[in-house]
Amino acid sequence: MKTTSLHSIHSALGAKLIDFGGWHMPVQYGAILDEVVCVRNRAGLFDLGHMGRVHVSGPDALAFVDRIATNYCAKIPVQSIRYSLFCRPDGNPIDDVLLYREPESVYIVVNASNTAADLAWMREHATGFRVTIDDQTDATAMIAIQGPLSRDILQRAVTGFDLDKLGYYKFDFATVCGLERTRISRTGYTGELGYELYLPTQEGPRVWRALAELGTAEGVAPIGLGARDILRLEAGMPLYGHEIDAEHNPIEAGLNFGVSFAPEKKSTLGRDALERVLAAPRRKLVGLTTPGPRVPRQGTEVYRGTAAVGHVCSGAPSPTLSTNIASAYVTLDAAQAGTELELDFRGKRQPCRVQELPFYSRTRK
Amino acid sequence: MRPDDRKYTTTHEWVKIDGDTALLGITDFAVQELSNGNTSDLVYCDLPEVGREVKAGQTFGEIESVKAVSDLNSPVSGQVVEINHTIEEHLEVLAKDPWTTGWMVKLKLSSKSVDGLMDAAAYEKFVADSKH
Repeated sequence: MKTTSLHSIHSALGAKLIDFGGWHMPVQYGAILDEVVCVRNRAGLFDLGHMGRVHVSGPDALAFVDRIATNYCAKIPVQSIRYSLFCRPDGNPIDDVLLYREPESVYIVVNASNTAADLAWMREHATGFRVTIDDQTDATAMIAIQGPLSRDILQRAVTGFDLDKLGYYKFDFATVCGLERTRISRTGYTGELGYELYLPTQEGPRVWRALAELGTAEGVAPIGLGARDILRLEAGMPLYGHEIDAEHNPIEAGLNFGVSFAPEKKSTLGRDALERVLAAPRRKLVGLTTPGPRVPRQGTEVYRGTAAVGHVCSGAPSPTLSTNIASAYVTLDAAQAGTELELDFRGKRQPCRVQELPFYSRTRK
Repeated sequence: MRPDDRKYTTTHEWVKIDGDTALLGITDFAVQELSNGNTSDLVYCDLPEVGREVKAGQTFGEIESVKAVSDLNSPVSGQVVEINHTIEEHLEVLAKDPWTTGWMVKLKLSSKSVDGLMDAAAYEKFVADSKH
């Protein structure tokens, strides 16, 4: 299994480590639900070293990304970030990604479990484009700080740059812990105010320890993948392999904001198929809340009376909403907010109610 | 040393037989594995209806942690005569004392066979070996 630059820190903190996309990663340091609450109320540190980081440059970089990514890359303002997907011609994604728009190039952050497939896909489709595809995953560490107090804590590590000036889904370069031109983005997977940092691999431990130290008074804590999964589900953010995968397209997942149907995007992979889905969707990704004790899990079937109307993608106890929640695909006639449905747990039914995603959103500024 | 008045399964359940009835539960090791040492990570325990017949080796319920659901496997065969409702939603009771107050199910035995089950000493060794 691969390890990040922070692996020994996690071990020393007593984290439970698991295999995640081929990486040995912390699933929790303490109680998972306490870690969720820490991020919602204070701030948390995340090791995201496992995520793939790929730099695409060259004269055709923007055109190439516009060929493989569903949103309109050339139109993204420089220093802005957009959610996007790499889709197959059938419209189903091989991954969802963030595009960091640079003047003539694009920095792409992809899922750990799909990095190898993404790189193969990119190289396969690069024929005829003058591009350089540079996998920077091993050369960089990636640390996120998320939560309402994240700005105050991170600002203490940053010199010569005012984090207040960094808008949502924007990035810039600043000095962090003495490291000049560190990439900082105001992004995250929690629905909270938060930032992601990209560092030289060997600097990961020093910056992690510095942020933990600088945030002691605020109660900053390390957060594992278990809490991260609940935070993103509460925030209505998709996870590849759950809400989207080779059989679940972004349109029915409600990710239209990541898909451009502009005339200039005609040659984008998957576009025609996604246009057909847009014209005639068969199902919709919705939120479910359930007052019962059982936690919905991926694959749990959803019923209305005797009719199976859908299936759960992700489920968890939500400390923020104080109830069990799930994301689920349901047929369009069952997708209206407020619709009463039932979850089937090995023949035992538990009521649930449809609601729009996300479950939780801090006002974006 | 774990209690030697009962038998253990390889899936970390215990059975304590008293005449023609038996108490079923899970071990401290199971609790530790499911909760990672954090009691609040245990969220629900689904127990069978009174009257249900359960068979040795078959599932009699499920226990849920934040991240996963695990089957509860019966060490013996019999009919459910009582369940410990308290622990269904109060997993801290189970976590605190899986041996007495954390019992799960009481069976009226249809067979007193404990074939294939371990005594406490064998279970100790089994757990020690499975940690590596």
